[in-house]
Amino acid sequence: MTSILNPLASPLLQGHAMTVQSPDDSSRASVISTAPTSAPSPAEPKIKARGVKVFYGEKQALFDVDLDVPGKSVTAFIGPSGCGKSTFLRCINRMNDTIPSARVEGSIQIDGADVNAKSVDPVVLRSRVGMVFQKPNPFPKTIFENVAYGPRIHGLATGKAELEAIVESSLKKAGLWNEVADRLHQPGTGLSGGQQQRLVIARAIAVSPEVILMDEPCSALDPIATAKIEELIDELRSQFCIVIVTHSMAQAARVSQRTAFFHLGKLVESGPTEEMFTNPRDSRTQDYITGRFG
Amino acid sequence: MLTWLSLLVLALFSGAAFVAGRRRATTAAAGRPRVLHSLPDYYGTYVALWAGVPAALLLLLGVMAGGRVEDAILQSARPAAVQALGPDRQAVFYSDVRAIAAAQSPSEVTYEGELKVALDAKVAEAKRIETVVNTAMLAGAGVLALAGFLLAFPRINPDFRARNRVEGWTSSLLIACSVAAVLTTLGIVLSLVWESWRFFQSVSPLSFLFGTEWSPQIAMRADQVASSGAFGAVPLFAGTFLIMLIAMLVAAPVGLYSAIYLSEYASRPVRGVVKPLLEVLAGVPTVVYGFFAALTVGPLFRAGFNAIGAALPPGPMATYLMEVQNQMALVAGVVMGIMLIPFVSSLSDDIINAVPQSLRDGSYAMGATKSETVKKVVLPAALPGIMAAMLLAISRAVGETMIVTMAAGLQAKLTANPLDTVTTVTVQIVTLLTGDQEFDSPKTLSAFGLGLTLFVVTLCLNIIALRIVQKYREQYD
Ligand SMILES: Nc1ncnc2c1ncn2[C@@H]1O[C@H](COP(=O)(O)OP(=O)(O)OP(=O)(O)O)[C@@H](O)[C@H]1O
Ligand SMILES: [Mg+2]
Repeated sequence: MTSILNPLASPLLQGHAMTVQSPDDSSRASVISTAPTSAPSPAEPKIKARGVKVFYGEKQALFDVDLDVPGKSVTAFIGPSGCGKSTFLRCINRMNDTIPSARVEGSIQIDGADVNAKSVDPVVLRSRVGMVFQKPNPFPKTIFENVAYGPRIHGLATGKAELEAIVESSLKKAGLWNEVADRLHQPGTGLSGGQQQRLVIARAIAVSPEVILMDEPCSALDPIATAKIEELIDELRSQFCIVIVTHSMAQAARVSQRTAFFHLGKLVESGPTEEMFTNPRDSRTQDYITGRFG
Repeated sequence: MLTWLSLLVLALFSGAAFVAGRRRATTAAAGRPRVLHSLPDYYGTYVALWAGVPAALLLLLGVMAGGRVEDAILQSARPAAVQALGPDRQAVFYSDVRAIAAAQSPSEVTYEGELKVALDAKVAEAKRIETVVNTAMLAGAGVLALAGFLLAFPRINPDFRARNRVEGWTSSLLIACSVAAVLTTLGIVLSLVWESWRFFQSVSPLSFLFGTEWSPQIAMRADQVASSGAFGAVPLFAGTFLIMLIAMLVAAPVGLYSAIYLSEYASRPVRGVVKPLLEVLAGVPTVVYGFFAALTVGPLFRAGFNAIGAALPPGPMATYLMEVQNQMALVAGVVMGIMLIPFVSSLSDDIINAVPQSLRDGSYAMGATKSETVKKVVLPAALPGIMAAMLLAISRAVGETMIVTMAAGLQAKLTANPLDTVTTVTVQIVTLLTGDQEFDSPKTLSAFGLGLTLFVVTLCLNIIALRIVQKYREQYD
């Protein structure tokens, strides 16, 4: 982790980054009131979904999804269009709450605490579970203000210097610092698509989330920008639990350690990526991976 | 009447030309439609356009300018008896000639002796001239229609590019329409400038723009024509500004907040009811708001202030409040603000809705609450549009007349006191131009001066608004 951090970063910043590494840190654990008092053992999954069903009005989009996502690794969701990957992803940070017709059943636990529990404030949950969207969506603000957005609303920085330090380290982690250091106060919307996507990633990591959800983060980008983002994801893996939805088998194989295959609203199978790609258990997985459908 | 009839005949002729043109094309194709360059209808349209449009233009020109031509011919030779009259009486004489010739009721002036003879002669002449002009016009139109047809019809053969020609006609028609719109605007502005120039010959622009006393009535008296200071427009613009300010203080926050509620917080059914309701409110005629101001809000405010005055310990303030009248800037401003609320909120709602959902999602995904998202992401993104909406509202407030006439009084006072009566530029223009007035006295002409100044002010406002909007645009997208 220190290799990613700027060696010149202040001790304060190191401390800040430390909270990222220790989800059992007391200030963080208090976020979910039912969190177990002892730290989860390394074998415990970070995210644990059991019997997740999602309805949009009358229409059911997800059927009884059971899935474990380990921490400090990249998990890829693959599957044909409309199979419910984004829907499941949005369950994890309760973004489905913002869709009036959506209804979620079943349980999703992060570190053993149910995210749908009454006591959980979705606003606080989302500061722990960041999200990156398919199309880069920087706010119509300066680059600096984009990254400072989360720390500002959550009061993570006590002063201007600290805020600047957070912005700088986030941009560095997102691999964008060298490209924008001299234009921090220009609009974020003026960057290229790939830069915008990295800006959005920097914005997400600025609040030190534990989980980062990425919904087809490269589908609007060219191969070079894609390669940069993939490299970035690989580096971020050491600090965050990353879930990425992708339509590219090659990308799933390159960046993920585990893969989950969805089909028609059901989770067909999940397991270590290598195993999935070389030796899928289900014939549907086999067909999808080899490009026979979807 | 005659013109409408001839237009109808022309339309029929043009329709016949369409059929003829189309038939010629299909006959030339001899059952193989692929050999035609264009669809048969294009050939028909081409012939119909040539047969109809030039003649129709001539007829329209006749409607607009025919009367003038007749007058010019009629007045080219004036009998001695008529020449003996003053210019005003001459105008009456000729308008009577026209009225009698057209079998309408003339003025009550009686003509005797030589004048009567001249009148009768002129009436007969007018009838003759009208017949000649009408015949000439109709003949001209007939010739044009026929010529157009004869020009276009023989051209039709399978290789003729009727489609492209019709395209050309269409685009010139569109250009003609937009040129007409631009020319009309230009004409209005020019006439405004011209009349204002006449006004500024009797009243210096400086005393008009910076004078603080407005009392055009004084200038009516012959011994005091345009005494300087009577045409100081500052109180009018101050009154306009005061009322506009009060109106925007009401309309801007309420309209904007209701727009935010509608677009961000209201559920779909609520929105479905409230939004059309607001749009209906926006369509209420301003004179109705005027009643509301004069009959309901005014007395209410007066009673309120009088009661406050009575409750205060005696002193100048209490006395003042107890003497407040129904008509005050505050009433007009508040009611105007109420009138503008639906306008502002409906426009802002559309603008806020146009902010992409992805920005809101991005903000929610960062753990922002709804109000944080609105305040920090949605509103900044919508700001240029909201500013434009506000400026539109301001220009409506500045141009609004009815409410102010009914609720703010007519006295031109230079005051910043919202409880005082004030008057606005538009109200003054109305009062200056209504009633029988000589059209070239400084009093009536000053209306044009006011109009021109108002026009320049709103123009500057709009330009500034556009600049601001552009600047934000550059910053945001
Ligand atoms: N807001 C919504 N309202 C109603 N139905 C929705 C909504 N969002 C998604 N759905 C439906 O839920 C199902 C799953 O959609 P979802 O977006 O999760 O698919 P996806 O796997 O992400 O597809 P893609 O790969 O194309 O992004 C689809 O049938 C879709 O039509
Ligand atoms: Mg999706």
